[in-house]
Amino acid sequence: MRLLEFQAKELFREYGINLLDSKASTNIEEAKRHAEEIGYPFVIKIQVPVGGRGKAGGIQTCKNADELELKYPQVSELVIKGEKARAILLEKMADIKKELYLSLFLNRSKRCYTVIASSEGGVEIESVKNQVIEEVGMGDVSDDVARRVAQKIGLEDSTADGFADTLKKLSKLTVEKEAELAEINPLAIMQDGSVMALDGKFVTDDNSNFRHDELQKYQEKSEMEARAEKSGFSLVELDGDIAVVGNGAGLVMSTLDMLADSGGRPACFLDVGGGATTESVYEALTLISEIDGVRGILVNLYGGIVKTTVVAEAFLKAYESNLVDIPVFARLKGTESEKAREMLRDSKTEMFDSVEDAINAAVMGVKK
Amino acid sequence: MKDIMALLRGTPDEEDYKNKGVIVQGITGAYGSLHTRNMISYGTNIVAGVTPGKGGQKFEEIPVYDTMKEAVDATRARISIMYVPAKFFLGAATEALEAGIKLLVAIPEHVPVRDTMKILEMAEQKGAIVIGPNTPGVMIPELIKIGIMPAMPFKAGNIAVLSKSGTLLYEISDALTSSGFGQAVTIGIGGDPVNGTRLVDAFEMVKNIPDLGGLVVVGEIGGDSEEILAQKIMDCGFEKPTVAYIAGRAAPKEKRMGHAGAIVMGTYGSAESKISMFNKANIPVAKRPAEVPVLLAGKMEKSD
Repeated sequence: MRLLEFQAKELFREYGINLLDSKASTNIEEAKRHAEEIGYPFVIKIQVPVGGRGKAGGIQTCKNADELELKYPQVSELVIKGEKARAILLEKMADIKKELYLSLFLNRSKRCYTVIASSEGGVEIESVKNQVIEEVGMGDVSDDVARRVAQKIGLEDSTADGFADTLKKLSKLTVEKEAELAEINPLAIMQDGSVMALDGKFVTDDNSNFRHDELQKYQEKSEMEARAEKSGFSLVELDGDIAVVGNGAGLVMSTLDMLADSGGRPACFLDVGGGATTESVYEALTLISEIDGVRGILVNLYGGIVKTTVVAEAFLKAYESNLVDIPVFARLKGTESEKAREMLRDSKTEMFDSVEDAINAAVMGVKK
Repeated sequence: MKDIMALLRGTPDEEDYKNKGVIVQGITGAYGSLHTRNMISYGTNIVAGVTPGKGGQKFEEIPVYDTMKEAVDATRARISIMYVPAKFFLGAATEALEAGIKLLVAIPEHVPVRDTMKILEMAEQKGAIVIGPNTPGVMIPELIKIGIMPAMPFKAGNIAVLSKSGTLLYEISDALTSSGFGQAVTIGIGGDPVNGTRLVDAFEMVKNIPDLGGLVVVGEIGGDSEEILAQKIMDCGFEKPTVAYIAGRAAPKEKRMGHAGAIVMGTYGSAESKISMFNKANIPVAKRPAEVPVLLAGKMEKSD
């Protein structure tokens, strides 16, 4: 899961990484109380699980109560890359000498953790220049390595100590919470030479959730996603009008691609998974019926372990209970697909031999 | 070089040539027993099963042991396939490697990345191959099937197929088979962020198969293993007809598309990046699964 900045900073604080005073709020009354505690001037930062907040106007300075009154509602109402504000963070203004970049992440191709540091931070990682890269195995950063990185980015004296200390703490946090990415950008050098984390990005491995009850309070799932997960399938909501259902993440992605190529707009990605049953597919159809703006369902199944008849049965039930009253375009192949096609022959499902034909019919069908 | 073909098939001088024994970890579970039956009916030589606490029992005439050590000691098998829940992966895989398993096929999905990394470190020391986790498995069609794939799409032949996705492997192999392209070997890489056998490792394992007729790579968004493979193919001057397919062109950024590893972060892991690298390596990328055999046939004509 991807934590919001203020949540990442809660963990940073717990691990002793230097931070400015900050408080997260969800309404202006709360923010006014925080303003009194923190004192002007401060910055207000929108809390959304995507980057690019600054450019979108999601970070503003407030020098006095009037500015807070004016800017807080503006920032609260921003939608950045489709994401609404989860909270607003008030953070003390800092007197910064220099901005650095620091991250520790799971390097997929090298299959080890990697530190990236740079003396030029504050911009997106793609634009960070003079990167110092250090591979660190399972993520543990020794004192030697931390000092070497500090030296390589040109730090000296107490600033080098502060940087090395921050890196070691970030490493401990990454290892203990099983993060895929821990990023501090910028990591600021203050006028007095100390270092402070001004931002925080933290992404954990969802597959290790079962070992981390303490992180569950950060779990943010839409009700739909939670229900999907409970039934053993994965759902990604999109903004089109054709729901795409299939078995296997690769096959469903491939179906989305072909649908988009044909000018169709997918309403969701729904992978019923390897353990699909009639009940779970029925639940999938229930979820689809609740997504706004769905005008057709495109089904692409390659029955292997999942029998296509299991899916056909779920559709028959869904027709019987009037759960599905929009057109369904299906391509069923693989295990028991002959029988499945027979079962659905007199139903409202339109059957196609190839997924391409099903897609074309779906695109035409929802236009009607 | 870790030789997967030698492990799967063996050499004519060996007693168990084309009849390599396989141990099933989690043989008595619902999932394990279903797939054990499927593997047996495909002709895979399942020699033992392991389920802690069920040692001494039989499953379909196959002896069940409590531990991997007992199973390996009794059978001398070097291949294991595991159908255990993700949270038991670390323990089960450790046990398998310590017992001397040289090819470990890890089916479970949702294994924590740290557990995979620990196992890979150990496998490296022991000179073992790990396929997966979150893989459909490996097979030499009509000889040995170690995994959860259905039998129907596959046919013996001379094309190697490497795939991150399970169902796309079936879909594309089916299309290949229908067009007369049988498969020499198929390797499921798995959909996790960290893979025991990466695309480039799998390529190393198959590129020198005698009489290899061609290579099909089925990738998807996330990570950069397709890019690394394309670079490798260029660097080593591999000249067999090669075709790729990449799923996820229409997927939104920063969303996990079903597989733990299928996520685009910024430009890292994007379909565009992978497709442009394959193009650079002169490897055509199919826009649809059905186009794969068409492009492969085209490549073969050119290389004639």
